[in-house]
Amino acid sequence: MTLNAEQSKEAYRRMLRIRKFEEEAMSRAKAGEFSGMHSSIGHEAAIVGACMALRDDDYITGTHRSHGHPIGKGADLKPLMAELYGKATGICKGRGGSMHLADRRVGIIGESAIVGGGIPLATGAGLSIQVRKTDQVSLCFFGDGAANQGTLGESLNLAAIWKLPVIYFCENNQYAISTSVVKSHGQPQISKRAEGYGLPGLTVDGQDLIAVYEAVHAAVDNARRGGGPTLIEAKTYRFDEHCLGLQVPIPYRTAQEIDHFKSKCDPVSLYRSSICSNDGVAAQMAAVEREVSIEVAEAVTFARESPQPDPRDVFDYLYGNPIHYPPIAEL
Amino acid sequence: MQNPLESQRELTYLNAIVEAQREEMLRDDRVILIGENIDIYGCAALFETFDERRLRNVPISENSFTGMGIGAALTGLRPIVDLTIASFVYLASDQIINQAAKLRYMTGGQLQVPIVFRACAYYNICNAAQHSDRPYPLFMNTPGLKIVAPATPADMKGLMKSAIRDDDPVLIFEDMNLWTKKELVSTDPDFLVPIGKADIKRQGNDVTIVSIAGCLPKSIAAAEALEKEGVSAEVIDLRTLVPLDRESILRSVAKTGRLVIVDNSHRTNSVASEVAAVVAEEGFPSLRHPIQRVTTPDVQIPYSSALEKPLYPNGDRIVAAVKRIL
Repeated sequence: MTLNAEQSKEAYRRMLRIRKFEEEAMSRAKAGEFSGMHSSIGHEAAIVGACMALRDDDYITGTHRSHGHPIGKGADLKPLMAELYGKATGICKGRGGSMHLADRRVGIIGESAIVGGGIPLATGAGLSIQVRKTDQVSLCFFGDGAANQGTLGESLNLAAIWKLPVIYFCENNQYAISTSVVKSHGQPQISKRAEGYGLPGLTVDGQDLIAVYEAVHAAVDNARRGGGPTLIEAKTYRFDEHCLGLQVPIPYRTAQEIDHFKSKCDPVSLYRSSICSNDGVAAQMAAVEREVSIEVAEAVTFARESPQPDPRDVFDYLYGNPIHYPPIAEL
Repeated sequence: MQNPLESQRELTYLNAIVEAQREEMLRDDRVILIGENIDIYGCAALFETFDERRLRNVPISENSFTGMGIGAALTGLRPIVDLTIASFVYLASDQIINQAAKLRYMTGGQLQVPIVFRACAYYNICNAAQHSDRPYPLFMNTPGLKIVAPATPADMKGLMKSAIRDDDPVLIFEDMNLWTKKELVSTDPDFLVPIGKADIKRQGNDVTIVSIAGCLPKSIAAAEALEKEGVSAEVIDLRTLVPLDRESILRSVAKTGRLVIVDNSHRTNSVASEVAAVVAEEGFPSLRHPIQRVTTPDVQIPYSSALEKPLYPNGDRIVAAVKRIL
């Protein structure tokens, strides 16, 4: 199963939307327009390859590195950028911020900044799908660091018992902040953990969009037909530091390693060269690049011009059914 | 008050828990139950009516099966997660506090988390410190949760049903020392006790006794003993800990001028501490004497019955507290 021409163009557009959104956001953050962020640059093929295998009504949970997931699933950039600025028009009304760009309209039910915290939620979405008897699936993005949380083992087991339609998708960028997989995993091939819990597991090249798409597509297809969960480990690489503004007093990655991934394993350039088989396609992709640049610039303008949230509304969204709440003014 | 024409049935506190869940599962297909050993203990009776699609017997993975319930709540179901013994809630507290309580707020209202977490205070039966906690106050410090602690079969049934119907996460604390208490309870499938409303269980004029969770029978016994000595005690059962029914407490204290708070949680930052603070801040002019707290001292729960039993609030300690401020 591979992407048709239209899907291929859409995949490129989504990767580029992540890349350009992140580049612009980092530059705006460095200029002091808002506080720090965790860039998804380097992860684009892993994220978009997985999302292209999903339907609009499928569920996703994500992580503190949260910008790529909604963009990969097709979200509007304006409310995402406005959220980084903490504005009232932000996707989370200024209550979530950079680590939590959850857009429910594209199926996201949480971007957890508690490492491993989203894994049970995705499992629960799978349970809900099974109880409601729909053919949706749930996909859980988590990192190599989260693989060492108890929630992964517990959740893989729960999903395996009942054959829940969940794809556990590890964005293995090889470092939990500064701690490498080799130093922190007794079994560094994370997909091998699946076997111990009774579900299939596989490792793919996370810089190769088609490889990721095909693996996730097969797992999704299996899950929709009642075949149960799959653990997919996508080997990827974070091009930037763990988060913007975090000092690196002692280097934990060599300059050669970073250069290697940036020059030889850039998922966006790799995919662009793989699809630009002739001048016609290249011209189409160049048009996509122009359109995405405009879209990102418009998102920044929208965010900058949006109003700040009103401090008097700080209790809004705390409860769906407030009962004599908010309490008497204590601010 | 119960309508005398309404149909009633005698229920124990324990059966009220089962009946509330059964009625709500019959009423709403979205209600499911998740818990350990539920097919053998506690909810075995529900398996007569429902199958394993909606009754999920889970392995011992508190944090993840609780999170699984939250994920199901985010995607269209209304799960009940039974954490059994309240000391086990700590294992699930990351999911309760960092996900259930926060997701609605953190997403600007895009998500809602209609879920019930059940936890049973399981104390005074020689189970030592890791099975005996009454950790209500810990969770009162987490905005976004509602917390109820019913003390009678009718309140249990009505509050459990309200909790299941509520769109927010509700933590419901049960008390195993009340399991066998019986009373007539409405059979109306829409019999509800509202969240956020305290209940005056006994009228009085001389002192307000605010009772929390399983302390109700002891508070009532103390009030009866005081009556024989000519002291009229009003007993208010808080029933809901969050949101706190400040108005009922303040109104009673305005009448009596004296306040004793009975709470079986540990003393420091207890529910009693919060009630005392509310009255000190908002009802100080009504107070004729210092507020008294009757609580469990700040010590781990020991195994030996000789050591454990005297720790909890009892009738004598409540009466003594009242007498200190007469």
